[in-house]
Amino acid sequence: MTATLPADMQATRFDAAGFEALLAARPGEPAWLTERRRRSWEAFEAAPWPSNKDEEWMRTDIRLFKLDKFGPSLGAAESIVGEQPLLSNGVELGGRVEALNGVATLSELDEDLAAQGVVFGGLGEAVTCHSEKLEKAFAREVVSPTYDRFAMLNDACWTGGVVLHVPKGVRIEKPLHAIARMAGAGASDFGKTIIVLEEGAEATLLMETASTDAESAGLHNGTIEIVVGRNAKLRYVNLQNWNNRTWHFAHQKAVVGREGQLQWTIGALGARLAKVNQRVALTGADAEAQVNGAMFTQGKQHLCYNTHQHHEAPYCRSDLLYKNALQDHSRTVWRGMIQVDEAGQRTDAYQRNDNLMLAATARADSIPGLEIEADDVRCTHGSTSGRVDDTMIFYAMSRGYTRQEAVRMIVAGFFQQVFDRITIDSVREALGEAIGQRVQDLPNQ
Amino acid sequence: MSKTLRIKNLHVCVEGKPILNGVNLTINRGETHALMGPNGSGKSTLGNAVMGHPSYEVTDGTIELVDADGTVTNVLEMDASERARAGLFMAFQRPMAIPGVKLADFMRHATSNVRNPDRKEGEGLIPMREFRKELKDKMGHLRMDLDFARRYVNDGFSGGEMKRAEILQMAMLKPKFAILDETDSGLDVDAVKLASESIAEISADAAADGAMGVLIITHHDKLLERNTPDFTHVILGGRIVETGGVELAKELHNDGYDRIRAAYPEAAKLNSEMAEEDAVTV
Ligand SMILES: Nc1ncnc2c1ncn2[C@@H]1O[C@H](COP(=O)(O)OP(=O)(O)O)[C@@H](O)[C@H]1O
Ligand SMILES: [Mg+2]
Repeated sequence: MTATLPADMQATRFDAAGFEALLAARPGEPAWLTERRRRSWEAFEAAPWPSNKDEEWMRTDIRLFKLDKFGPSLGAAESIVGEQPLLSNGVELGGRVEALNGVATLSELDEDLAAQGVVFGGLGEAVTCHSEKLEKAFAREVVSPTYDRFAMLNDACWTGGVVLHVPKGVRIEKPLHAIARMAGAGASDFGKTIIVLEEGAEATLLMETASTDAESAGLHNGTIEIVVGRNAKLRYVNLQNWNNRTWHFAHQKAVVGREGQLQWTIGALGARLAKVNQRVALTGADAEAQVNGAMFTQGKQHLCYNTHQHHEAPYCRSDLLYKNALQDHSRTVWRGMIQVDEAGQRTDAYQRNDNLMLAATARADSIPGLEIEADDVRCTHGSTSGRVDDTMIFYAMSRGYTRQEAVRMIVAGFFQQVFDRITIDSVREALGEAIGQRVQDLPNQ
Repeated sequence: MSKTLRIKNLHVCVEGKPILNGVNLTINRGETHALMGPNGSGKSTLGNAVMGHPSYEVTDGTIELVDADGTVTNVLEMDASERARAGLFMAFQRPMAIPGVKLADFMRHATSNVRNPDRKEGEGLIPMREFRKELKDKMGHLRMDLDFARRYVNDGFSGGEMKRAEILQMAMLKPKFAILDETDSGLDVDAVKLASESIAEISADAAADGAMGVLIITHHDKLLERNTPDFTHVILGGRIVETGGVELAKELHNDGYDRIRAAYPEAAKLNSEMAEEDAVTV
């Protein structure tokens, strides 16, 4: 299915005129935000693109990325019928948001949640009616708007993304869901997502992305900022499922306060090239973060994830497991860092990355790292890379499995170890199914 | 319907090294055969070659299934999956682990495939209720806890658990011909007794069209207690050097292989050479 973009959107680019057009198209925004956009735009104009001399970008080549092939989202998108979301299948939701090309097309929240003060919706719309709350949230700069040129551009030109604010002590039982879709060549999705759980609050948020066709090259440049307050609990799922021609750049960071708990699951299936910084900072004693990643790459996809577990306070636990399966000529890069400050005594931190090579032509780089300044800590890391074991295939075949079935099952088993950690059924099922469909014929290796 | 598994002049190489040097063995449905021989004589190699393990290269000879009406099927042309669907089964000496795959799910697909050999992937799985009922029943017979089926295939299983899981799979798959490779090792005395009984039971009611043909590879006589061999074969240096009845199995269990080595010095020499190379590579 295709959607034609409005003519002005096709003509507009990320240049000075395009930026002014974007501001003009958002007349209701508060002054503090417009000012902030301008500052970030100036910074963007003055800054260079990251180069392959930067350690973060050494293995990720963006020379073929041309910003002038894409334009900002200016107006209301026509709503189109997109693919069904994967994560919300069979789930009774407490609220949902849908967006197309960075503009919300649907926003719903259970009345009783709204009555308890919960804010959930497209951020672009929410900034006008919840200006005060959001000004504070923006000011925290959980993700620095000047981190690099992508962060600056996002801060200046974002239109999409969601806001979830859960007041003190409010526990949301039903999951909330958001899907961001992109349609049309040259389309962009610049999302800024802000999640704040106040003290003792609980919520589950499922977010996913989708392209409405397989061919259109799109651009996602997003940020995600999460604050888990004292003793609050967030389960957050982020499924990146763009088509394989889309560029995906993202800065994501969660800050977890004292006794707070975060379970953050990332699924990465799509994108031509993805460069994601995923950071977790444990800032209060006894905070806990579990990070789960499942990636499956095909064709010439290149997915680069830099993860960071920052222990700033004592008695915190962080546990990261990334599992990647690679087909064809695809490549993944995982750089993981556990950083423990001097204050982070009694830290218990773990990071692990397992790569299953489904083709000899695929490549996985796995680079764990530790930076520890406290002396009483337990920090461990590991990584493995290997092909599907021939003797495992034979064993299954000797029980009547075809070779293809055997490989599919073994790959599913590989991911099961990360799915076992995910406590949301619909997410396990959706990821399992999406990955199962991608396991193609494997040549006899 | 296959009546006979016929192995003629079988030569098998592993990594270019000859291991089997002309094995002849005919197993009819309803017969129990014991295969004995010192370590490294080629017992597991024979089983793996029959099952179609890709590391075991058949360089000469034939493996065939013969039907009652005389129709011959060439097993060597089939891959392991097709062999399983044709009714061949092997309980491995060292079964492989498949992390992340629950034993019950593994068996449900396996059973669906073997019972319905033309089944296409994704179609016609045995209904869950029916499967669970049958599995529960079979596990009860083997005195296995139902929780066991929720564990990942052979992942972290003890030696005894693996062997029991292999017997369970045999019970579910109901093969026409089964090779049991040292299924008694790793089991305690009571467990061996139970295994022996189970094998006899499974063998008797395996397939609708008649009892299994069984090849039991063992060093002991306990497993044979309920499965009295019609034939006992002794393998040495990759060749079957002697075939007898149940008394031969008893003799080897009690006295070991010295008499055999003395009687067949050439095969004994070959066997020790293979074993020596083994010791170097290990
Ligand atoms: N997968 C294998 N890789 C390398 N060598 C093997 C393999 N399987 C068997 N062999 C060799 O073949 C010979 C016979 O082994 P095997 O058939 O396992 O003996 P048995 O089961 O009688 O103890 C040994 O020398 C062994 O090292
Ligand atoms: Mg053996």
